[in-house]
Amino acid sequence: MSSRENWWYDEAAGPLVRPYAMVRGRTRPAGELHLITQVLAMPTVSDPSSLSVDHREILDRCARPTSVAELAAHLNVPLVVVKVLLSDLLQRGDIVVHNRPHADVPDRNLLQAVLDGVRGL
Amino acid sequence: MAFEDSDVPTAVKIVVAGGFGTGKTTLVGAVSEIPPLRTEELLTEAGTYVDDLAGIEGKETTTVALDFGRITINQRIVLYLFGTPGQNRFWFMWDELATGAIGAVVLVDTRRLDSSFPSIDFFERRNIPFLVAVNMFDDSYDYSIDELRSALDLDSRIPVVKCDARVRQSGKEVLVGLIQHAMSRLEPAAR
Repeated sequence: MSSRENWWYDEAAGPLVRPYAMVRGRTRPAGELHLITQVLAMPTVSDPSSLSVDHREILDRCARPTSVAELAAHLNVPLVVVKVLLSDLLQRGDIVVHNRPHADVPDRNLLQAVLDGVRGL
Repeated sequence: MAFEDSDVPTAVKIVVAGGFGTGKTTLVGAVSEIPPLRTEELLTEAGTYVDDLAGIEGKETTTVALDFGRITINQRIVLYLFGTPGQNRFWFMWDELATGAIGAVVLVDTRRLDSSFPSIDFFERRNIPFLVAVNMFDDSYDYSIDELRSALDLDSRIPVVKCDARVRQSGKEVLVGLIQHAMSRLEPAAR
């Protein structure tokens, strides 16, 4: 573990290597992961010992629904990195994700509910 | 899936745009229930969007920061507010932000009106609902709404309001104005 941790935190590794090293060569996020996609951890994780620290932090933070953008901010990694980590967890079945149809404009009922909510702030 | 849809809120977003220094993050912070968070996207030096890490170890990269906040509307809906990163080379990110959004607030500083032209142009061209919010800085001249509308060459249907981006109530009114504007553009409700 210690050699990996050196990669992880060593500033000399620079911003190029770090994201790549974190996902250990896996590159392509899968599925519909957008900034505001809501991520929820499943109550039981399949095989915790095979997960990295970052995977586990994601699962901890997603005990309640959390957005992809918030996860990236809290883990302090670029969005593309958190998306790759989330893809791993999706494949394992350890999380579920929830999207409104991405390109759809919110309908009247949804807008009315948001309007009421903002007025009540 | 071993969960009910109702466990997971519906997420919606509003984009807060405008030129550099117009108060975007200030406005987000004034209305957000959490201190604004910052996330970063990777870009290659050529300005292209990194959505795949293959081969990235051999490329010069830079990051673009995105500040955002959150408002829990109720148990079923959560609203995110995203401040746009700098203009020009980051348009690809604006596209991602604007897709499916309720609409956009374009913040304007009357001392530098032109800094918000590209934002206005972006939302006009894409036919995305937006509202212009004039952030009243202490030393800025108090132009009338008509003067501002004319200076910004805005369509009469685009709402223009004055605000103080530091003040929660003022930020709230800006959001209310935008949501009402977005609703006014929908087809009339079915009976």
